[in-house]
Parts: sequence; C-alpha cells; structure tokens
Amino acid sequence: MISDKTNIEKPKYINPYLGGVLLGLLILATIYITGRGLGASGAIKSAVVTTSNTVAPKATEANHYMGQFLSDDHSPMYTWLVFESLGVLIGGLLSGIIFGRVKKWRTDHGPRITIKKRLILAVIGGALFGLGSQFGRGCTSGAALSGTATFALGGVIVMFAIFGTGYAVAYFFRKFWI
Amino acid sequence: MGPLIPNGVIGGGWDFVIAILLGVAFGFILEASGFSSSRNLAGVFYGYNFVVLRVFFTALIVAMVGLLYFDYVGWLNLSQIFILPTFLTPMIVGGIIMGVGFVIGGFCPGTSFTGIAIGKLDALFFTIGLYLGIFGFSLAYPLFENFFTSGDLGNVTLMEITGIPAPYFAVAFTVVALAAFWGTMFIEKRVRKNMKQYKF
Repeated sequence: MISDKTNIEKPKYINPYLGGVLLGLLILATIYITGRGLGASGAIKSAVVTTSNTVAPKATEANHYMGQFLSDDHSPMYTWLVFESLGVLIGGLLSGIIFGRVKKWRTDHGPRITIKKRLILAVIGGALFGLGSQFGRGCTSGAALSGTATFALGGVIVMFAIFGTGYAVAYFFRKFWI
Repeated sequence: MGPLIPNGVIGGGWDFVIAILLGVAFGFILEASGFSSSRNLAGVFYGYNFVVLRVFFTALIVAMVGLLYFDYVGWLNLSQIFILPTFLTPMIVGGIIMGVGFVIGGFCPGTSFTGIAIGKLDALFFTIGLYLGIFGFSLAYPLFENFFTSGDLGNVTLMEITGIPAPYFAVAFTVVALAAFWGTMFIEKRVRKNMKQYKF
C-alpha cells in the first residue's frame, strides 16, 4: 500500500490564506464577468441528464426534474458549468504537474481502513452529496461559497447545514479517518 | 458596468471560453491548496487539518468585501447579480445530507474533480457516487416534488430578511473568521501532537 507511507515533512501546498485570497478574488472576478459564482455539482447533473436522454429520451422528457434541463437547440452538456468543470480538471492537473503530485491511480484513506472500504465509502458519500446538492440547489462551491459571498440567505443556510452536520456526525465516522 | 456578460460588455460568444479559463483558475487554486486530498479535507472535522476552514473563510471575506467595494465605486451593480433562491426546509435537509456525505466521502464535488486530475482513485469513486446520487434523485423526483419546491422564499438576501445593511454582515463574518483562524491554530497543533502519524 503506497499510500500508507507517512509524510512527516510538509507537502508542497500553498499557504491556505494565500489560497483563500486567490479564491476570493476569483469569485469576485467570476461574478464581475458573468453575474454569478462558481459551481461544480451542476456539471454532474448535466452528465446525468445527457446519458439519460441518450438511453431513454422519452422517459427523460417525461421526468419532471430532468425534463426541465432539456432543450431542442443544444445538448445538456452545452452549459456554462460543464465548461467550467472541464477547466477545473485542467487547472487541477496543471497545479499537480507544477507541484509534482500527478501520479498513477492511488487512494487516500485513514490508517484504520482498507483501500477497498475507502472506495466503497467514497461512492456512498458521493451519492449522498449528489442527492443533497439537488435539495440544496448547489454544493459547497455553488451554494455555500458563492451563495454566501453574495449574501444569499440560502447560501448561508446550506453552508451552516453542511459544516454543522459534518461536525455533529464526525464522531460516528472517526474510524474512517483517524 | 459589471456584470460584463449580462450587460453585453463581453459578447455571449466568449461565454464558454471564459468558463474554461475561470474553471482552470478554480481547479488550480483548489489543488494547490491541498483540496485534492480527502485526508486533508476530512481533517477539518477531526481537528488535524483546518486548511478547508482557512481557505473557505478567507475566500468568503475577500469576495464579500470585494463585492461591496465594487458596488461602492460603481463597477458592479449588485442588483444585477444572481442571488441563489431560498427554499428553506429543502435546503436545510440538503445541507444535512451533504454534511453526512462530506464526512463519509471525504470530498465535495469541485474538490473531487481536482483529485481525479492528479490520480486519486477515491476522488473518481466519489464522483461516480455523485452521478448515482443525482440520477437516483431524478428518478425518485415524483416522490418528493412537493417537498422540493416547498418553503420558497425567493431570491432573498440576508439584508432583505433582516433589514441589516450588508457591511455589518461582512464585518461579522470577518470577526468570526479571524476568531476561528486563531482558535483552530491551537486545536490543530494539539491534535497533531497526539497523532501517531499524520498522512497526507
């Protein structure tokens, strides 16, 4: 297990406050240019609607939720958030290359669980996050961060609900991480 | 003047080019800050790594104060920017589900993309989970369609709901953030000292 190697010295991450200032300026620039903030879960939603529409177009159109994201002129993949998320992948890769973190597939996990268990938990956690992001009208970036930055009540609610719940339940899942 | 695209200062044809460029910057900042590792992200809930809190709150303050400044000097018309609509109970429930998903999964959607970019298998599996979760939601939507649209307060801001001017909120968030930066510094030191090993 390669990932079990203990890393005592500090990894090459940028100062978190510098990262925060840059991210804040980026949100500001994004709102200044586009009139809205950054997001992430919307791109996955587009992917869901697109595959569903390819496999079963009639059922997708009849679905009250997915149907509203279909358009006659273009694919559901032709949306701002899909292109932005493509950029996120490129940007993440660029940073990874610069700081020497791009390696073949490996898994981060707590010291007390196996890789297999970690991957199962990642799917479960992702599924919950995907489900919750629909009720929350966005995820950590779209609703909590961009929403709160624009003083939206909903953004603040989602932010406190996510992190409040995280702290409330962390104890029960401690074996996954510490 | 701003927002530039909605006001036609930049043509609509540039929309997707700008989307990719802003996304690249977003992904770069997230990865460079350490958000591509689920161990780093989960640390915020266990006290051994508060990088999430530091980046998140700093970004929030900079963006909030920046928006107020842009509005003050007339570069940006705040009444033209998108305000997330508030659906009270669905958003609380959604946030709770996301909170549990965060602790179990160790990622959120944007950070999992950066994890995939540098080869983290758990990030890829988290994203597969995201897909399944949203697909499941869509299929089951008729069951909770009424709940989903309940508690609709519209595109309401903190200022509108409380009557308190925006600068007060910016100051309040800043004070809370600074206190959190200071306090968590001690928690982190203490927790790390008691951990046998700290793996990134």
